[in-house]
Amino acid sequence: MKLLFYYLIFPGFVFSSFIGLIISWLDRKISARIQWREGPPWFQGFADIGKLLYKEVIIPKEASSLGFVLGPLFALASVCLGVTILLTGYFKLSEGFIGDIIVVWYLFTIPSIAIIYIGSLSGNPLSSVGVSREIKLLLSYELPMVILIVMITSKVRGFSIKSIMDWQIINGPNLFNWYGIIGFIVSVICIQAKLGRVPFDLPEAETELGSGILLELSGSLLALYELSKAIMLFGLPMFLVILFWGRGILGGILLYLLIVFLLILIKNTNPRLRIDQVMRYFWGWLTGASILAGILAYLGV
Amino acid sequence: MNILKKSFKKSIWVFHLSTAACNNCDIEVLELLTPRYDVERFGIKLVGSPRHADALLVCGSVNAHAKPRLIEVYRQTPKPCLVIAFGSCGCSSGIFRGSYSVVGPVDKVLKEVDPEVKIVYVPGCPPKPEAMIEGIIMGLGAI
Repeated sequence: MKLLFYYLIFPGFVFSSFIGLIISWLDRKISARIQWREGPPWFQGFADIGKLLYKEVIIPKEASSLGFVLGPLFALASVCLGVTILLTGYFKLSEGFIGDIIVVWYLFTIPSIAIIYIGSLSGNPLSSVGVSREIKLLLSYELPMVILIVMITSKVRGFSIKSIMDWQIINGPNLFNWYGIIGFIVSVICIQAKLGRVPFDLPEAETELGSGILLELSGSLLALYELSKAIMLFGLPMFLVILFWGRGILGGILLYLLIVFLLILIKNTNPRLRIDQVMRYFWGWLTGASILAGILAYLGV
Repeated sequence: MNILKKSFKKSIWVFHLSTAACNNCDIEVLELLTPRYDVERFGIKLVGSPRHADALLVCGSVNAHAKPRLIEVYRQTPKPCLVIAFGSCGCSSGIFRGSYSVVGPVDKVLKEVDPEVKIVYVPGCPPKPEAMIEGIIMGLGAI
């Protein structure tokens, strides 16, 4: 019963989707202000989701309808589970288990896999171009990010959220060391790619592929996927807060807002990259930087 | 159900479809997205796929080549959806009416497929961005 409450209400579905939709409004509003526009009203995220739930669902003739419905459901369910594990650890609601930080990271990968699945069975040529880009993008950002997670977990000698936070209470936040600063910058760029936002929005590419990988999703299926995107926009910066800051509530909130602001700023000042540029960037520069951070962490700088 | 219906009016995603237009209306649509008019205030945004659209913005006198495309895109759009016949050509085929290749304005083509289609007419050559905002708002009264 308690677990169901955690999953559905407080750190889980209702709470995190509320915060996520507010943050997605903040994203659009700040982007609009950067472009000297007025921007949408505060309930815009909720209105979009409500409108999409109201609309008809169309399933393409070639697609299997069961898979098409299950994909967004799996995405939403796994993102909610990831956020629940993350935030019950953060708010000290549960003890957690060994390896939960890895579990959370891979639960956040499931929306990408679900959308790859949907895009590839929708039978649309533009979607299949988007699918191939999404797979390459997934392979690109996983490498530096996993190196960073391994670096942090080996630094604190524990594979759980609890041990990462306890270590940072004793030794100060990871962010105040050189390896932490490098790791923070790399991981902000990685979650920008994971959220599929502008310099790395190749799978969707509105102007080029006509929203590519999401092209055949309509109505409430699109609403579920958008909702899981919004929850990820809440969950992934919280993941970084846990990795690099630990348990200070005020500092955590400030760092969270800083990460969101950086994400918005990167989105508004960069053009879309090509897929070969993205792969070279992630496997070259960012992997090199994260290995450097790992060496610095080993030397204890 | 009521709140979902209300949220529909606060978030209109527009798919822009050009059926043999002279390109002047298309330029005017781009003006609508500039900071001066900023339709995102009302939750209106352009989308790239008819599957996500709530309103089809059709400009141009429909010719024989574009007619099957228009019908196909209308069928692909999830209902309820609004059709905006944009410009003089969209409303009445304009000066091209009666030409050998023009098969009729937007409403005539779409009413053959779906007699209950909801169409908003925005006349002008080209119409101003304000006229299009007003057209969408008047059309929302119909839904």
